[in-house]
Amino acid sequence: MKVGVVTFPGSNCDYDAYAAVRNILNEEVNFLWHKSDDLMGSDLVILPGGFSYGDYLRAGAIAKFSPIMKEVIQFAKDGGLVAGICNGFQILAEASLLPGALIRNDHLRFSCKFVYLRVENNKTAFSSCYGEGQIIKIPIAHSEGNFYHFDGEVEKLESNNQVVFRYCDEDGNVTEAANPNGSLNNIAGLCNEQGNVFGMMPHPERAVEDILGSTDGLGLFESVRSVISKMTTADAN
Amino acid sequence: MSAAYKQPEVSLEMVKSHGLNDEEYDLIKKILGREPNYTELGIYSVMWSEHCSYKNSIALLKTLPRDGDCLLAKAGEENAGAVDIGDGLAVVFKIESHNHPSAIEPYEGAATGVGGILRDIFTMGARPIAALNSLRFGSPDNPRVRYLVDGVVRGIGNYGNCFGVPTVAGEVYFDESYTGNPLINAMAVGIVKHNEMASATSEGNGNPIMIVGSKTGRDGNHGATFASEEISEKSQEKRPSVQIGDPFTEKLLLEATLEIIREDLIVGIQDMGAAGITCSCSEMSAKGESGIEIDIDKVPVREEKMVPYEILLSESQERMLVCVKKGNEQRVTEIFDKWGLDSTLIGHVTDDKMFTVKLHGEIVSRIPSESLVLGGGAPVYHRETKRPAYLDDLHKLDFGSLPLDRNWNATLLTMLASPNICQKGWVFDQYDSMVRTNTAVGPGSDAAVIRLRKTRKALAMSTDCNGRYCYSNPRAGTRSAVAESARNVVCSGGQPVAITNCLNFGNPYKPEIYYGFSEAIGGMSEACLVFNTPVTGGNVSFYNEDPERAVFPTPTIGMLGVIEDIDHITTQWFKDAGDVILLVGSNTKELGVSEYLHTIYKQTRGDVPALDLEFEKRMQDSLLTLIRKGVIKSAHDCTEGGLSVALAECCISNADNTTGANVNTADDIRADALLFGESQSRIILSCREADTATIIELFKNNSVSCRKIGAVGGDRLKIDGLVDLPLEKIAGAYFNAMHEFMDARPVEPATGAV
Repeated sequence: MKVGVVTFPGSNCDYDAYAAVRNILNEEVNFLWHKSDDLMGSDLVILPGGFSYGDYLRAGAIAKFSPIMKEVIQFAKDGGLVAGICNGFQILAEASLLPGALIRNDHLRFSCKFVYLRVENNKTAFSSCYGEGQIIKIPIAHSEGNFYHFDGEVEKLESNNQVVFRYCDEDGNVTEAANPNGSLNNIAGLCNEQGNVFGMMPHPERAVEDILGSTDGLGLFESVRSVISKMTTADAN
Repeated sequence: MSAAYKQPEVSLEMVKSHGLNDEEYDLIKKILGREPNYTELGIYSVMWSEHCSYKNSIALLKTLPRDGDCLLAKAGEENAGAVDIGDGLAVVFKIESHNHPSAIEPYEGAATGVGGILRDIFTMGARPIAALNSLRFGSPDNPRVRYLVDGVVRGIGNYGNCFGVPTVAGEVYFDESYTGNPLINAMAVGIVKHNEMASATSEGNGNPIMIVGSKTGRDGNHGATFASEEISEKSQEKRPSVQIGDPFTEKLLLEATLEIIREDLIVGIQDMGAAGITCSCSEMSAKGESGIEIDIDKVPVREEKMVPYEILLSESQERMLVCVKKGNEQRVTEIFDKWGLDSTLIGHVTDDKMFTVKLHGEIVSRIPSESLVLGGGAPVYHRETKRPAYLDDLHKLDFGSLPLDRNWNATLLTMLASPNICQKGWVFDQYDSMVRTNTAVGPGSDAAVIRLRKTRKALAMSTDCNGRYCYSNPRAGTRSAVAESARNVVCSGGQPVAITNCLNFGNPYKPEIYYGFSEAIGGMSEACLVFNTPVTGGNVSFYNEDPERAVFPTPTIGMLGVIEDIDHITTQWFKDAGDVILLVGSNTKELGVSEYLHTIYKQTRGDVPALDLEFEKRMQDSLLTLIRKGVIKSAHDCTEGGLSVALAECCISNADNTTGANVNTADDIRADALLFGESQSRIILSCREADTATIIELFKNNSVSCRKIGAVGGDRLKIDGLVDLPLEKIAGAYFNAMHEFMDARPVEPATGAV
């Protein structure tokens, strides 16, 4: 698997995503500079967390215009795998590669803590290594992670099975108390209709080693790896 | 600005308004051999302000233990201290105050405090890997205080979160003494390879001087002078003296700065904080025993018609001064261009040891660099001390006035929900404590732990000070602060190696205040010698007074420890039912200046608990040996709230895995002192039953008392037939209190009297 991690000015989880892929999964990974137009043959492009362009104007609003995003958008339209984490999710929503918007947390504060997620759809390229209904522990760190979409549109996402992760409590109950930011239907991560573009507010790259408090984020990277290795095998055949 | 710029005439009134006294003005005239002009007056005024010159503290600071085998940069040599930790790596760390700005503009004041300390770290070539803070406010019942808490926490959070450094630990204290003058101390820790450390110097005749980062504006003019006065009704008028931070630019500045250092393009570099261009030019040239000449009209500015005085004194944030190795200017500019930042050639190094400023080729200021700086020509004062009269009365504590027929369950719940003891998740959830994925132990244990990639090592770090102790007994209180910070590091599995300090006091011209300062320095010296933890630098903040009072003497200690192997990382919470609970040290009948007296009786009274430094050192060494043997499952020291609060924290502070405990000390001392007394050098350990004898034996061999007091398990905390509470009640009190007193009540708007 060959992974590209985009560095925007203000990205600050780019190195964490890089380290997870390089040191824990032992896969090839490159940084992709925001001014570049070369995805360096990546099988998976990650838009990492941080504060791209200072999150000025709106989180993700400026990043969508950077040169590399033109390539990322084309790559996604061609069926390439793109994952946005936290600020990356916000950028994908701003770029309309994913539906909905991420608005201010309902409590109006930044929030960094471990939360529990329920795997709602394990048939996607980003979640196939999890069990359906599995409960995983992954941290959040954001102040604009409140997923919002128009009436009717959310129902469409639900009926299309685009919701991949939902905030829940330790026992898997999807409750208001377990919702850390006010997201509609406790949505924490979702994919586009085609299933090749995915975004989530929690940080799987922060949950890849025991010393960090959880390894539940590994499944996401392993899911992508397994899809890509199958594609590569299929190509070879 | 025309070439015919004419400086305003210097009058005696103007001298006075610049905060310079007659002797200081005479000294300036003697140094220059003439009257200073307006620009020069401004330069001396900021460089000789308390904030930059340490004129009232440096003589005493020099008595602190500042030597150690592991020190690569000692106190005062560079922007921050540097400690060798092996593997070719150095840790750079420092703590600084931003009290005055935060008192009148909490969000920007606190944010720029974080920005300033981060620049001190990366200007040495080190990548910041952790941020900590130590915050003190008045009572949260006061809406103005809640406004300050809210703004400060947002400011710290937003700056660190955006910059991308994990904020991993901190203290938050509330006491009326901090009502009008909160203390906002920010600490940063960075890591650098020995051979990539940069120095704050300029040398080599003709080497170019560049300014990089943000443009220079009028913000923050005279911030250093403002920080050298007491807070008063008029302070609100100085809001324009507060700088405005931009963490996004700082993040870019970090990356660009580390690149030019790594490529070996520069001679030296210094960040611009207090006194801006003036301070960095004079300090770098004084250190390099060189001179600097700059063309002030070349400095990129944000506003039109800025005069040299304003440009020189501006404290606009996110700027650096760089002395480039000749020939590398182009490459430096390429790197800054890549990160979208300005880099501008504004001058060069000279060999005349003068700091010269030109405007359109004409000299507007020319001063010997050495005469401006700390350790050079800046004045040094020895101030008068006088033991405050209040101490004798304060030390009297009548146990007879404290009734013992209390409901101890209810009392423990009250203590757990008190502002100083309750869990501070409301605060630290607003900080990104995990970015960079090295945080092994985040906020909420005795010390934070950051692992070091590509090694087996980790760093333990803690900030500590009990201001109430220092108010009652500044010498003993400071000894306790050092001991507690070392104890926190040891409880986490680390060897304490060095400290940084942030000394927050009132007006040094008041002998009673200076007594506290002088005693605190003495106590710190005694303790640092015992723990073999030299002082690597830090910051002094005087004039922390509002019209009603001075703050408690608050010498905050930032302790750095090295954990030799990540397997030694230890946390405070109990792990498994059936484990044995051990108490190291002894419970004594002491309640002086305790949180118990403050919370239950609204009193600050008595002397501080006794501390035997030699005992403490033996105890810490023994514990570290045992942790390294792998026989300790949890370790937590007893501080505010004493034994019962510490036990409650052991039971519930890991919210994912709470567990009860059944404790019987069988000690025959007063119930209030047993449960809430703050006798020093005590640690609660838990271990497997099978390891109990080994542990007690090792402590015994080092003449440290250690005994079994109970067992882990169940869903209740029981102590000596006095306390018997279900964990849900304990957790409810401990975890909800801060949310209740912050979120359930309004904060005051920004305007209003201090």
